[in-house]
Amino acid sequence: MSDTITLTIDGVEIQGKPGQTIMEAADAAGIYIPRLCAMDGLVPHGSCRVCTVMVNGRPQSACTQPIAPGIVVDNETDEINAIRRDIVDMLFVEGNHFCMFCEKSGNCELQAVAYRLGIAAPRFPFQFPDCGIDASHPDIFIDRDRCILCGRCVRASQDLDGKDVFGFVGRGSEKRIAVNSDAKLKDTNIDVTDKAVEACPVGALLKKRVGFAVPIGQRKYDHKPIGSDIEQNKGSL
Amino acid sequence: MSETLESAVKAVCSECGNDRERMMDIVRAIQGKFGCVSSEAMDMIAKQLATHRVEVESVVSFYSFLSDRPKGKVVIRLCDDIIDEMAGSADVANAFATELGIGIGETTADGKITLEHTPCIGMCDQVPAAMVNDVVVTNLTPAKVKDIVAKLKADVDADLVDAPGDGNNANDLVKAMVQNNIQQSGDVIFAGMEPGAAIKKALEMAPKDVIAEVTKSKLRGRGGAGFPTGLKWKFTSDAPGAEKFVLCNADEGEPGTFKDRVILTEQPDMMFEGMTVAGYAIDASTGVVYLRAEYAYLREYLESVLARRRSDGLLGKSVCGKDGFDFDIRIQMGAGAYICGEETALISSCEGLRGDPKNRPPFPAQEGYKAGPTTVNNVETFCCCARVMEKGADWFAGIGDGQSVGTKLLSISGDCGKPGIYEVPFGITVDEMLKMCGAKDTAAVQVGGASGQMIGKNDFGRKICYDDLATGGSIMIFNSKRDLLKVAEKFMEFFVDESCGYCTPCRAGNVLLLNALKTILAGKGEASDLEYIETLGNTVIKASRCGLGQTSPNPILTTLKNFRPAYEALLVAPSKDGYQVSFDIKAAVGDAAAIAGRDSVHAY
Repeated sequence: MSDTITLTIDGVEIQGKPGQTIMEAADAAGIYIPRLCAMDGLVPHGSCRVCTVMVNGRPQSACTQPIAPGIVVDNETDEINAIRRDIVDMLFVEGNHFCMFCEKSGNCELQAVAYRLGIAAPRFPFQFPDCGIDASHPDIFIDRDRCILCGRCVRASQDLDGKDVFGFVGRGSEKRIAVNSDAKLKDTNIDVTDKAVEACPVGALLKKRVGFAVPIGQRKYDHKPIGSDIEQNKGSL
Repeated sequence: MSETLESAVKAVCSECGNDRERMMDIVRAIQGKFGCVSSEAMDMIAKQLATHRVEVESVVSFYSFLSDRPKGKVVIRLCDDIIDEMAGSADVANAFATELGIGIGETTADGKITLEHTPCIGMCDQVPAAMVNDVVVTNLTPAKVKDIVAKLKADVDADLVDAPGDGNNANDLVKAMVQNNIQQSGDVIFAGMEPGAAIKKALEMAPKDVIAEVTKSKLRGRGGAGFPTGLKWKFTSDAPGAEKFVLCNADEGEPGTFKDRVILTEQPDMMFEGMTVAGYAIDASTGVVYLRAEYAYLREYLESVLARRRSDGLLGKSVCGKDGFDFDIRIQMGAGAYICGEETALISSCEGLRGDPKNRPPFPAQEGYKAGPTTVNNVETFCCCARVMEKGADWFAGIGDGQSVGTKLLSISGDCGKPGIYEVPFGITVDEMLKMCGAKDTAAVQVGGASGQMIGKNDFGRKICYDDLATGGSIMIFNSKRDLLKVAEKFMEFFVDESCGYCTPCRAGNVLLLNALKTILAGKGEASDLEYIETLGNTVIKASRCGLGQTSPNPILTTLKNFRPAYEALLVAPSKDGYQVSFDIKAAVGDAAAIAGRDSVHAY
């Protein structure tokens, strides 16, 4: 078995390793595929669909689809970016997001992906759902208004912290993030140093008393768009 | 209450071997005994199964037949699909509400009776219908409702079946008022077969030859997707894995379909036979039938058929005396979730999880139930397999049309003289079908259920087959007096309710599509809204993770394609003030104005 697999992304031939997903191979080659539910170190979830690419003309999520010899992947096309903008718009309007005074602003992946895709404001009608806040824990709080149901906290708690603090309840548009207790976050064994807290891409799972600590201009995505770190790998292979 | 919650949880869990993969059975049992799976019960179950409480809650909150809040001893579930609505289900609902003195979603003050709506229960040929706990009541009228409520008020366990239906509906273990309504039988499904005939034929062959025979028959999956069955078996057989599984999808939830109900009632032997053949072919020793909760009334009968087959040597150790071939079948009950008809969601549910579909790859044939190679086939497909074994691939391939061979069961309902089950050879045209079922003044036909397509007169010459109008069997007929956009709205509401919520486009996109349609129906849509619907629908289809979202925009998109004038007639000209017509500024600033204590100047 050959130890490299050759595939094409947006007309560029790249080499990947057997067992890699399209996203992993693209990352290594310095090609950024937008994503929200995928995170290094966590099992792929395939839920946000922002990483949708065309594989030989068929839509697939890059975070879950394994590479195969000779596949032709479209990533940065008008059609795909339009689909991605629709999906990111959906995430904004199905929640209650308020970038201008959110602690996560400037460090938020949802906001950063939206900017990168050219979204200044969502075009879809806001749904204004009733989601709820759990501020019972002394050091951490959940604001479900800002949750995008990516499941990163669920997986990080399970796989990295070994705790299983979070899970999903309800279905369809009623689906919500829940905690492993009959009442509140304070009744779980979560700790402020848990990886699950850091895993949240948005302002849904936040540490108390440290909001707005970094001034505007020094935040993660203030100067370079999300994905720039990956694109620095370009040509390094 | 004679049994405390704690002792009941302990007993139920230990009956299930304290196995968290049996979660569905456990929570269903507690729901049955106590009318809910309370917060307290969830804690106890989690403790008993040594799992996390949130896992129990995630399951209980997923399935519509489970609840964390108490329901009545009797739960009346009124079927809420379009065919029932056309037959007067609103009057029936009003009669229930009046007689019980409660609204939909409420429970009587004495805690005895709960009234709810539920999507299609598989009785579109005898509408309006409802479930009273597991008992199905059909052809309802306000007068019948009065009688049912009076009986239930006197005794919550009252027998509601005065006259049982035909065939096995009258069997002591079924005793349902359901009618089979088999309007036309064919040679594949509704013909006789000696139990064991197909298995014995298969056992004379090597497993790989059984797969070759099924492949040669050109049989394709009857659930609607049409994947070649032989190929699916081959993939499962070839996949490495110590334990392999045969799963039967008896979760027909597509609105308008009821063919599996009739197979389960009249031909369960043939279905079990097909599963056993599959078990031999792929080297599996376990089969599971995933039975939708709406068909719980058939469970006891199906169990009795399994028991008979065990005692006849057609299941169990050394099936038909074949050394080394052990195969048995268990029934897994569902709990009310359309998505579980999707094969990977069905597997999740069998594993005691929420009915979330799984990421593919790996496909079930590589890694399915309990991570073993698994073949998931439809009820009707397994029956076809049995017939292929009994009569041979060539015989089977000789029926039908081109790449669509054999017969297909159609569940026909709506505006026609003879609703019911029709076994027809593939290739029949829509016109022929309409004539066959006595449909007059037909304006539209919904082919393939809510996820299928709505076609108009121009398409009535087309054929029912995989390469033209593919369908799992649901056919709903609408005459010229029906409002087709209301039909599309009903189907979209169904998908919004039934989306599992895992992926963004299906969870959020369907809600947006439904709202856009409602805007148009309210007379506030503009021409640009049609473009918005088409773009949004395309995103949901392309980006969704499973078949539900990949087809859910179809009700809107196919009516828009085939009945565009109906939409255009409702559109209004853009507003002169530059606002969208659907934008109600007064409502938008209403909350703020109320807080401020004065009217906004912008609202006037």
